[in-house]
Amino acid sequence: MGPRKEEFATNGGIPVAPTYGPEDLPPDFDLNPSGEFPFTRGIHPDMYRGRPWTIRQFSGFATPEETNRRYRYLLEQGQTGLSVAFDLPTLLGYDADDPLAAGEVGKCGAPVSSISDMEAIFDGIPLSEVSVSMTINSPAAVIWAMYLAVAERQGASVRELRGTLQNDILKEYIAQKEYIFPLRPSMRLVTDTVEFGVRHAPAFNPLSISGYHIREAGSTALQELAFTLRDGIEYIEHALARGLAIDDFAPRLSFFFNAHNDFFEEIAKFRAARQLWACLLTDRFGARAERSLKLRFHAQTAGCSLTWQQPYNNVVRTATQALAALLGGAQSLHANSLDEAWALPSEHAATLALRTQQVLLHETGIIGEPDPLGGSWYLEQLTEALDRGARDYITAIDAMGGMVAAIESGYPQSEIARASYEYQRRVESGDAVVVGVNRFRIEQEPPIDTLRIGESVADLQRVKLRRLRAERSSEAVSRSLNQLRGAANGSDNLMPFLLDAVKSLATVGEICTALREVFGVYEERNEML
Amino acid sequence: MNPPIRVLVAKPGLDGHDRGAKVIARALRDAGMEVIYTGLRQTPEMIVNAALEEDVQVIGLSILSGAHNAIVPRVLELLREREMSDVKVIVGGIIPDEDARQLLAQGVAAVFQPGASLDAIVTGVRSAAQGSRNNIRTGDGAHCTPSAGER
Repeated sequence: MGPRKEEFATNGGIPVAPTYGPEDLPPDFDLNPSGEFPFTRGIHPDMYRGRPWTIRQFSGFATPEETNRRYRYLLEQGQTGLSVAFDLPTLLGYDADDPLAAGEVGKCGAPVSSISDMEAIFDGIPLSEVSVSMTINSPAAVIWAMYLAVAERQGASVRELRGTLQNDILKEYIAQKEYIFPLRPSMRLVTDTVEFGVRHAPAFNPLSISGYHIREAGSTALQELAFTLRDGIEYIEHALARGLAIDDFAPRLSFFFNAHNDFFEEIAKFRAARQLWACLLTDRFGARAERSLKLRFHAQTAGCSLTWQQPYNNVVRTATQALAALLGGAQSLHANSLDEAWALPSEHAATLALRTQQVLLHETGIIGEPDPLGGSWYLEQLTEALDRGARDYITAIDAMGGMVAAIESGYPQSEIARASYEYQRRVESGDAVVVGVNRFRIEQEPPIDTLRIGESVADLQRVKLRRLRAERSSEAVSRSLNQLRGAANGSDNLMPFLLDAVKSLATVGEICTALREVFGVYEERNEML
Repeated sequence: MNPPIRVLVAKPGLDGHDRGAKVIARALRDAGMEVIYTGLRQTPEMIVNAALEEDVQVIGLSILSGAHNAIVPRVLELLREREMSDVKVIVGGIIPDEDARQLLAQGVAAVFQPGASLDAIVTGVRSAAQGSRNNIRTGDGAHCTPSAGER
């Protein structure tokens, strides 16, 4: 059986004709060079010639000390930026010794309960020199406060710190579901960090608007594009309502997209994202500064495309997806490890993923030319199709009253659940081929070595926390937490209060509990069936 | 005709990756079962209470975070304490072979690893509901479930 089919379509269901020509593009179709509005071809004139993408492998596991060792190893091996994975208790605002953290400490990332843990993660790594991305959302403001305090202790200037907070809470309600507080106080926290960044940490990206998780939850490429840009609009509206000027904060907004299997659809998605964002910023928000219009993005290859079966096939998938991200003009990239359908990456697998990026950078010649596929009739009409489709979604969500209202009504959630179920049925029927899973299977596969994280990690973290609580001033902690509660009840920016709290050695769990007391917690409406 | 099988699909622990749980819940419903989905962040106590209230024959636990060794034995223990051992437990997610063997030995009716087909899972739930004593394990179905991914 070969690949012959009656009808061809992209992974996301966009029909694909046998061939394309100039007649398939709008009469007014125009393609400006890279570095020029609307930046379809890239945000810089010379793209990777001028500055290669940042090789930024997402990493964190077991303990802060183990994580620090992995970071030093990756930097020695030629990685050019850091990206911190936090464990689930930290992501949800619980300390390592909380009963709800049982079984989860250090499993999916590094546990960070206090400023001491944060200090240990970056021990010997100069934060004034390395840019650090942190995948943290609900407690992003708390974790950022810890990070800034650690950088200050190292002697770094906060104004010069470079890095990124993911801090995109909307996609948590939509897709990844690592929410703590209700929508509206969460939006306030995000806006607090954006405002604080503008005033005090102008080289830091306080918000990375993320489609990655929307895609992992099962959306199409089009839904990923549309929901992410509409989330971006929502954040802008909140920042404007706070009194910030568009050109003061828009240049610091960054994006994070998935690089999935359908090669051309992915490249078209990245190009469409750039041109649509540039148009939204000028037409809708009247941005003037060129830097406001340039959509900068990090990409990660698709975790959900990796298979447990025949895991070495994942190396090939990852390399192809990474290539799509780079031909799509990514500013930074994470390539997945071959064993990620099994566990967090082993050192061997993480090294191979790093080498994948280095081979693409140094051996393939793709850095020589910006947007080398631009001008292909197929790619250009696909870019137009995604642009149009995303505008339709954005108009529909505008009509619902915006993204917060759309999420409250369950709209993006149900769109994604429908797409994900449809895809799974296509896999079930064999219409969608997954090599090694529903075709070309091997019955008896040799096992691969994977990283195992034991329960002793949690014991270690518990001991550290017990010591911290015994040695700190409990008066200072309760004073800072009381001040935080008071501020949370008012409308002041919470960042200064969070900085005081983390410096008083209050823990992530204690700070989030204080905020839960004021804000309440989010309960998802269960309407999936 | 037998009444429809009642299944509780549950997401224990802190992980929010519910793509797999929702796909399975829909597939079981499409196969004619009555499916109750608990939603996220369920403790073992909440899950067993829901199983009691909803009078289900099968509990399906979806766990991708690696917390299965802490969570699943606790669910089994609570079922025994409440004399609900007739309720069968099925686990799906990122469960290494060695752990799958242990979970089966502890009394889990079936473990489905990534790639298990919807068809195999429907069949697994049916045979668990019939109180099959023959424990089964399958990881070689025809389909990709969401992986560890991100984060």
